[in-house]
Amino acid sequence: MKILVCISNVPDTTSKINFSDGDTKFDTNGVQFVINPNDEFGLTRAMWFKEKQGATVHVATVGGPQTEPTIRKALAIGADEAIRVNAEPTDGFFVAKQLAEIVKNGGYDLVIAGRESIDYNGGMVPGILATLLDMNFVNTCIGLEVDGNTATALREIDGGKEKLSTSLPLVIGGQKGLVQESDLRIPNMRGIMMARQKALNVVEPVEASQPTQDQKFEKPAPKGQVKLVDADNVGELVNLLHNEAKVI
Amino acid sequence: MSVLVYTESEKGKFKKSAFEVASYAHKVAQDLGTSVTAVTFNANDEASLGNYGVSKVLKISNDQLTTFNAKAYANALAQAAEAEGAKVIIVSSSADTKFLAPILTAKLNAGYVPNVVAAPDSTSPFVVKRTAFSNKGFAHTEISSEVKIIGVSNNAYGAMENNVSASVEDFSPTLGDADFSTKSIEVDKVAGKVSIADADIVVSGGRGLKGPENWGMVEELAEVLGAATACSKPVSDLGWRPHGEHVGQTGKPVASNLYIAIGISGAIQHLAGVNASKTKVVINNDPEAPFFKAADYGIVGDAFEVVPKLIEKLKEFKAQNA
Ligand SMILES: Cc1cc2nc3c(=O)[nH]c(=O)nc-3n(C[C@H](O)[C@H](O)[C@H](O)COP(=O)(O)OP(=O)(O)OC[C@H]3O[C@@H](n4cnc5c(N)ncnc54)[C@H](O)[C@@H]3O)c2cc1C
Ligand SMILES: Nc1ncnc2c1ncn2[C@@H]1O[C@H](COP(=O)(O)O)[C@@H](O)[C@H]1O
Repeated sequence: MKILVCISNVPDTTSKINFSDGDTKFDTNGVQFVINPNDEFGLTRAMWFKEKQGATVHVATVGGPQTEPTIRKALAIGADEAIRVNAEPTDGFFVAKQLAEIVKNGGYDLVIAGRESIDYNGGMVPGILATLLDMNFVNTCIGLEVDGNTATALREIDGGKEKLSTSLPLVIGGQKGLVQESDLRIPNMRGIMMARQKALNVVEPVEASQPTQDQKFEKPAPKGQVKLVDADNVGELVNLLHNEAKVI
Repeated sequence: MSVLVYTESEKGKFKKSAFEVASYAHKVAQDLGTSVTAVTFNANDEASLGNYGVSKVLKISNDQLTTFNAKAYANALAQAAEAEGAKVIIVSSSADTKFLAPILTAKLNAGYVPNVVAAPDSTSPFVVKRTAFSNKGFAHTEISSEVKIIGVSNNAYGAMENNVSASVEDFSPTLGDADFSTKSIEVDKVAGKVSIADADIVVSGGRGLKGPENWGMVEELAEVLGAATACSKPVSDLGWRPHGEHVGQTGKPVASNLYIAIGISGAIQHLAGVNASKTKVVINNDPEAPFFKAADYGIVGDAFEVVPKLIEKLKEFKAQNA
């Protein structure tokens, strides 16, 4: 089985978000970039398929040279090879078209992407990718087993879970649950050394349109002061929620 | 050229979000000088969508579509869009919709913007406001493709009454085996429990509650309020609560009207996922807990004393307002 894990390079979850150039750009100053958490769960599940079922695992990212440390980290965790499409990932459809090219040329059976990137929260790349390639697709995937050509996936639904049966070739939009938090791996020295020897192939993007463009950003309005209610006067909270906030 | 809206239902009954997306579609249709066509799958009482501004319903009745199937539903919606010549399609933010919308996007070669929180800034050019960076910011995004798909955030626009009389037409999409290549084999859903996505009120517990045995009061509070229960990430990582309850940047997003956080410190990753809630209440014994800076109301106190009192007061309130 040949697996491609799609990795987006996103600001660390603790990052403060600021905008520059008259609020038209995300300000990357002082921001630490990491593997998108949803993709890290996917990559870890891919390592399981590699170790238990002899799968080959490649990782791909669409991004400029500044994304290479993130991709190297994926190699240090254990991916065999990496591909970087040298383009700014400004639109989900555009990114999916680039990845479709990689999947077509690489003959992958399983594509593991994330439910969403935590930066722009598009949640669209895996579904578009699957449809462009006419592959099966499962979103918000929290469990995946592959046996030959058949796959059983668990997906999170509103208020529960759903078990699905499908077949390869398959794309998933994964998240926590594919593996547990405690299964995540921190690259060790040996992994980091080995990653330096592994191939990181840079390819140029194919022509593709960008149906959406972010024109301007803004930050949420600052929050007013919290209204504190005395712990001995809990009834007052009920009052406020009813009469002031009008939520009960 | 009508605006198409996908109105979701469950077991025949429209979801609350169906009325919200219909209302949003009505607003966009007004801006564009056209009308709204809704697509329903095995729903009852289609004509009720008229109350929210829908003037035509394409009614799909199909036994193969009684359980949600993303690919088949997306194909049916694509056919409806083509039949109507619709260039703008409005959908919700439910898990099912976020599953099918990207498929629909690819099929229609559309531009898709999810997490939209307000009526369009303008329709020419077509610009919408959406959340980005897990609620730490907003983006104003232009959609320049011919077909545009807008995913409206839960509770962001609200349902608005617009009395229109809705005509109902049967619509039979052509579906083949390929549309069912991914099949549902089992749905595991707690009956009678409000889901976090659909809830108006969410009651959430953190590590401050010390252990799973203390969740009785959280559940009782949720029951009194008709709320869904949720938890912080460590709580689900520790196995105190099921993973499906984990909310935050890496868990489920919450956009309820009221979010009550009990024994949750308010870490940035937690706040990112719940900040879209309109009113936030914090109960925490540490006055320095960061959540107090993000909340509307707060009680500094021991949850084990405050929560039972709150339940009691809410019961009194309910008895008086029944
Ligand atoms: C990549 C990444 C992603 C993450 N994603 C998420 C996410 O999606 N969601 C999420 O929740 N977290 C997430 N986290 C974890 C986050 O950083 C915090 O660790 C977590 O939110 C803390 O949970 P907590 O508030 O329940 O626990 P704690 O931080 O331990 O806080 C417990 C609180 O309870 C209070 N308390 C204690 N006793 C009482 C009492 N008797 N009565 C009242 N209050 C009491 C304490 O004062 C304290 O404020 C993520 C972290 C990382 C690194
Ligand atoms: N620039 C990118 N390069 C590679 N994969 C990406 C990129 N952007 C998104 N993805 C993949 O698609 C998933 C969903 O991303 P998004 O649609 O941007 O929210 C991510 O979790 C990644 O697996």
